[in-house]
Amino acid sequence: MSQIPVLIPTSLLLTALLSLLAGLVSRRAGHWIALAGVTLATVLGLMGLAHIWQGGDTVRYALGAWLPPIGIEFVMDPLAAYMVAIILVIGLLVFIFAPKSLALEAPGKEGLAWPAKILVLAGLTGMCLTGDLFNLYVFLEIAALAAYALLGMGSAAGALATFRYLLIGAVGGGFYLIGVAFLYFSAGTLNMADMASLLPELADSRAVQAAGVFMIAGLAIKMALFPFHTWLPDVYTNAPSAVAGLIAPVMTKVSAYAIIRLFLDVFPPGFFVEGIPLLAVVGWVSAAGILYGSILAIGQQDYRRMLAYSSVGQLGYIGLGVALANPLGMIGALLHVLNHALMKGLLFLVGGAVFHRSGRTRIPDWQGVGRRMPWTMGAFTIGALAMVGIPPTAGFFSKWYLLLGSAESGAWIWFGVIVASSLLSAIYFFRVVELIWRNPETDSAAQELAPVPEGRTPASMLFPMAVLSAAIFLAGLLNVAIVRALLSRVAAPLAGG
Amino acid sequence: MTHEFLLARYPYVLIAVLIGIGLYGMMIKRNLLKKVIGMAIFQTAIYLLYVQGATKVQGTIPVRVRALGTDAAVYINPLPQVIVLTAIVVGVAITGVALSLLLVAYRKYGTLDEELLLQRMRESA
Repeated sequence: MSQIPVLIPTSLLLTALLSLLAGLVSRRAGHWIALAGVTLATVLGLMGLAHIWQGGDTVRYALGAWLPPIGIEFVMDPLAAYMVAIILVIGLLVFIFAPKSLALEAPGKEGLAWPAKILVLAGLTGMCLTGDLFNLYVFLEIAALAAYALLGMGSAAGALATFRYLLIGAVGGGFYLIGVAFLYFSAGTLNMADMASLLPELADSRAVQAAGVFMIAGLAIKMALFPFHTWLPDVYTNAPSAVAGLIAPVMTKVSAYAIIRLFLDVFPPGFFVEGIPLLAVVGWVSAAGILYGSILAIGQQDYRRMLAYSSVGQLGYIGLGVALANPLGMIGALLHVLNHALMKGLLFLVGGAVFHRSGRTRIPDWQGVGRRMPWTMGAFTIGALAMVGIPPTAGFFSKWYLLLGSAESGAWIWFGVIVASSLLSAIYFFRVVELIWRNPETDSAAQELAPVPEGRTPASMLFPMAVLSAAIFLAGLLNVAIVRALLSRVAAPLAGG
Repeated sequence: MTHEFLLARYPYVLIAVLIGIGLYGMMIKRNLLKKVIGMAIFQTAIYLLYVQGATKVQGTIPVRVRALGTDAAVYINPLPQVIVLTAIVVGVAITGVALSLLLVAYRKYGTLDEELLLQRMRESA
């Protein structure tokens, strides 16, 4: 049990290497090794989650037996276990989905896609599990570099969009690194727990305050928080579906996780509220992002671009929940990390499945697709209902907590923003739902389109979508248990102050 | 006051200027390759920040010398230097990926000028 925190990222790193080497010999072998490695890591992640869920203590592992604060330690506490489980389950499902989809959208490049995907997972889980501020930066860049390689493999337009993402990401990572420098030269440690014990005395220091601003700004850039979202729509639109289905649900959330970690466990309580009012800035920027993303999503004709703008809005929810700085808001933000990962993962996979069958990505061309692909479109409908926030889907409950949190803080404008954005997302999702279930034989507009080819969507594509659809309901029904067993423990430090 | 501040802190001022130059190159330059150069300057400035922070006047390399004993004040802090080594590796990898992405775009559109590239992309779409 005590090795789980370190086994997850290291086994993934090893699998990436093995998968690359095996891929040189046989493409199938590369995929099977990758799948086995991700399955193993997922099992480990779920074991860790089960341990924490049953009230177990935080698991710590000192790398190379160098005890912290001198050595690097890996820590699995409720927040880390929760994030790691989300990342790995989504990662595993996308891995099952990917072969048929990638063969169509990035032919001949699958052999390199598997190791890169595993590196993304290794980087993201490493970010969640490390207890060291600089180590977090290294994992952040491992994940980012592998993601750039994946996102750019679809087309030249995708490569260009990814290049702009890379530039913005380099600035974000650089700002974080500047912040780490200021903190290290002020406190003389890089260990998060040690830093947390030293910072209260240093909270008035200019260098520490500057470090806070640089780190949060850098991570907000990485998270694509409005107005740093400009790269996101182009990247998601041009990336292969099986890549966007991995990056969109988890990548930006892990940067949000890093912000939450700094806010809860590294900087002293109230540092970002009283010392420097950075959280208020994050909150207003998030509120603007929610409205901006939701309004722009309405006008999009390309399915993946619509999802991308919707992501800009959804990331705002997470920022808003953190900015409320009360337990209910934090629980809402964390619950939304899970819900949005499930919903966006599902919706991007649906896009991939439709493209696989019909080659269509424009929403107007989706008319009547539901008659030919009832299961896929059923999954889409569930995803859409959850995005709007219809109970008992998961999407309802995170918004509910966010509304409660806003009411508690008296943030009525933010309350209004959340309600308004739910209505806006109803507009842009229900227009698609209405379109896909039209009868192509009686509807005149649909008749002009060539019919969707006969055939079956492969089981390897249907299975992940079915699991995600079921998970959307399960996460909704189990939300009380999730909050009680995990999230209320995470948000506990906020309850006192 | 001002010149005393500059005398004591001039390396940090120079680092801040370098960061500014790097960010300027990344945001304002139209040629994508020059953006990569700007990124390299930006990253190098951060490495210098770490190296500068670790420097001690009269400090020596962090290998224990019998004559100097174990007084930490006479040795330069090795940790930031190690961090910089790691960060340089990350920086090289980012530059490599950036250049390979540019190569893909250049092969398709035949230019690295941002405006021209976007124009050709729209025409081909």
